[in-house]
Amino acid sequence: MNKHVSPKMNRRAFVVGTAAVGAGLAIGLDLPFGGPAVVRAADGSPEVNAWVVVRPDDTVVIRIARSEMGQGSLTGLAQLVAEELECDWSKVTTEYPTPGQSVARKRVWGDFSTGGSRGIRSSQDYVRKGGATARVMLIEAAANEWKVPASECTVAKGVITHKASGKTTTYGKVAEAAAKLTPPADVKLKDPKDWTIAGKGLLRLDTADKTTGTMIYGIDVKLPGMLNAAIKDCPVFGGKLKSYDEAKIVGMKGVKKVVKVGDTAVAVVADTWWHAKTALEALPIVWDEGENAKVSSESIAKWLAEGLDNDQPAYVGNKNGDAKAAIASAAKKVEAVYNYPYQNHATMEPMNATALYTADKCEVWCGTQNGEAAFAATLEASGLPAEKCDVHKVMPGGGFGRRGQTDYVRQAVLIAKQMPGTPIKLLWSREEDMAHGRYHPITQCKMTGAFDANNNLVALHYRLSGQSILFSLRPEALQNGMDPAAFQGVAQSGEAAFGYSVPNLLIEHAMRNPHVPPGFWRGVNVNHNAIYMECFMDELAQAAGQDPLEFRRKLMGNHPKHLAVLNAVAEKIGWTKPAPQGVYRGIAQVMGYGSYVAGAAEISVTDGNKIKVHRIVASTDPGYVVNPAQVERQIAGSFVYGLSALFYGGCTVKDGKIEQTNFDTYNSMRINEMPKVESVMVPSGGFWGGVGEPTIGVAAPAVLNAYFAATGKRIRSVPLRDQNITFA
Amino acid sequence: MANLTINGKTFTLDVEPDTPLLWAIRENAGLTGTKYGCGIAQCGACTVHMDGVAIRSCGVSVSEAEGKKITTIEGLAAGDTLHKVQKAWIAQDVPQCGYCQSGMIMAVAALLSEKPKPTDADIDEAITNICRCGTFQQVREAIHTIASA
Repeated sequence: MNKHVSPKMNRRAFVVGTAAVGAGLAIGLDLPFGGPAVVRAADGSPEVNAWVVVRPDDTVVIRIARSEMGQGSLTGLAQLVAEELECDWSKVTTEYPTPGQSVARKRVWGDFSTGGSRGIRSSQDYVRKGGATARVMLIEAAANEWKVPASECTVAKGVITHKASGKTTTYGKVAEAAAKLTPPADVKLKDPKDWTIAGKGLLRLDTADKTTGTMIYGIDVKLPGMLNAAIKDCPVFGGKLKSYDEAKIVGMKGVKKVVKVGDTAVAVVADTWWHAKTALEALPIVWDEGENAKVSSESIAKWLAEGLDNDQPAYVGNKNGDAKAAIASAAKKVEAVYNYPYQNHATMEPMNATALYTADKCEVWCGTQNGEAAFAATLEASGLPAEKCDVHKVMPGGGFGRRGQTDYVRQAVLIAKQMPGTPIKLLWSREEDMAHGRYHPITQCKMTGAFDANNNLVALHYRLSGQSILFSLRPEALQNGMDPAAFQGVAQSGEAAFGYSVPNLLIEHAMRNPHVPPGFWRGVNVNHNAIYMECFMDELAQAAGQDPLEFRRKLMGNHPKHLAVLNAVAEKIGWTKPAPQGVYRGIAQVMGYGSYVAGAAEISVTDGNKIKVHRIVASTDPGYVVNPAQVERQIAGSFVYGLSALFYGGCTVKDGKIEQTNFDTYNSMRINEMPKVESVMVPSGGFWGGVGEPTIGVAAPAVLNAYFAATGKRIRSVPLRDQNITFA
Repeated sequence: MANLTINGKTFTLDVEPDTPLLWAIRENAGLTGTKYGCGIAQCGACTVHMDGVAIRSCGVSVSEAEGKKITTIEGLAAGDTLHKVQKAWIAQDVPQCGYCQSGMIMAVAALLSEKPKPTDADIDEAITNICRCGTFQQVREAIHTIASA
């Protein structure tokens, strides 16, 4: 097991722990701790089941398959298991099973992917059952020992009691016996209203090491004899590596080897990364940039703009009535065109992975949002079978969707494969990370709304033109060519459903896929769809001469959950009362990742272009809240990420390459620009929604709508820096 | 070769004089708590103290750091007793991914040693570290908690 919450993790412990991982599964089969059926953790403690290991000292080790990347899912998932297990929370620790172990055990830990705000909602059912099943087995083991019916035994905080006889024992004492029992066929889960561990804003389990510099991130991995690699991939996506002049850097200090990585990249391997990077910068490289070198932001914008034309083919994602006919015969119509740019994830820790390849084994250490995908990339790049590979997850310095991709894992393995027996840590420079993102997709949107003579909205045509993420990354998920995810937030039904009823509605997507590789960027397609729709809703309200909140409410009668969060935000910010002098408000709502969210902002604007955000209120209904303190942080963090992108973000293309190179040209909000976010949680129960991403959808439109209220000017293009608008 | 005093210890490191202090600390002295984020002194992930002042170690060369007293996140605690900023960070659950927090904590520690009771305006001026997770609210609250203790 790759224990990742380890206050004493140093080089030696890390290497030893890793060595034990390889033997871990075999140990369970034949070592002296218990019966042959008992599977054991690396330290010999018995697994009650795949999710729960209990040590003799009553420490409970909860296995977490999803990745922690700052969003708090590690703690939330442990809370859910502990809740059903009825163990002592102060004795809970966690560890990651490796993907190799999971595959060897027929994927006993299920899906490792941690994206789409699915960390908790998609695994809550089976991890809670894992906790409940273990509880039943532990109680049964005690009852067997005492020769009393299990039904007469109770448990609290890991202490089992048989009241009639006065006997007590602890989980640690009966775990060996429990591990040999047959698990119950079915277990009943608690009603969330009875939760005592879940549902509480408990402190995270992984904080201490993050305050002392001892938490091991991918960039910090050290292995004996390890060398460091710096890489340059062809800056034009789709281009190739033509040649490089190795002789120019051969004598440079620390340089060990220069290697080609696939068809597109070159890496320098050296004793230190600083030496590797310095030599790489001195290495003359010739690229075969190919046709894509002709592409620019202007050419992409022109191509996307053509897709807004109704004559061009488009996929219909949501439709009722006949919007085009209703618009043609309407008393009044309003039209606007918006656009949203490429965005880089810009995780604080640039991409990196460490790989050790030998003739019969390939191991990788990295931060990843998807251990199994990293494992698959390791298999593919190494050419070795599953039983000879494994991936050890370490803490990622941010994910936001970027670390669901495995390009950096593949590169590390391809380099290590050329230096068998030597561990190689590949680290991207920030410049490489900016140049080779998997960018938030680029889109434009033309919206047309039509009113009858009484200012009722009778039709809405929403025509999106631009990039599909699934086309590039998961083509098997396309439906007859259509990308269903393109309609996130404006879909007919499902986890990202449109929240308004319009008698004649047409929402369609003209797919245009430029060469810049798209990726899942926090909030994914909800981002631009929410900006387009919610800003245009404000435009429609204005055209109808109505208050933006009241205008929305009239269209939301059939969408009570969407409406409830909107109302919660309106009430908290005091929408019906005047704002302070010189302060203006904007509001927005959207549904994404199974949750309903709304946001409102109070801003002031000086000189027409300097925005101060005074106040942000945000509401969410995720069904159930597993850790309110962490949900609050995800809501606030979504605003920081979303407003950073609105004000400072935007990646542009010149000669086929991304122009932004570092945080000086792709800035991010600082503490002085960010007000407190007042969050209002209104979990209504009966469903499980995500929280890491949905709120980002309302961040930008709340501020943009407030900007209109303050200035009378509509902003229809992101980022604001391109329009000389910035923070005050 | 360079002689650096880091966390009270003298390190004789095999580095060129123009090596950024960040990389000498991480790769040569082996103290990986100090993080690389941008390499151009924009993000603050590499913040350490040099003679008690918060600096961005990616933008300072080893030769400039020689003879100075360098403190990294690993040297902030007094033995087993955590620094008040570290304690507050744990008590108030400040970090999310935590990658920027070594630098954030070092910046805050320097601010508090200069201004034990900083105003919001002082915080806004002194704390310019990037945090992509968006922990600013918790950072600000924790600073005020420390100041009011």
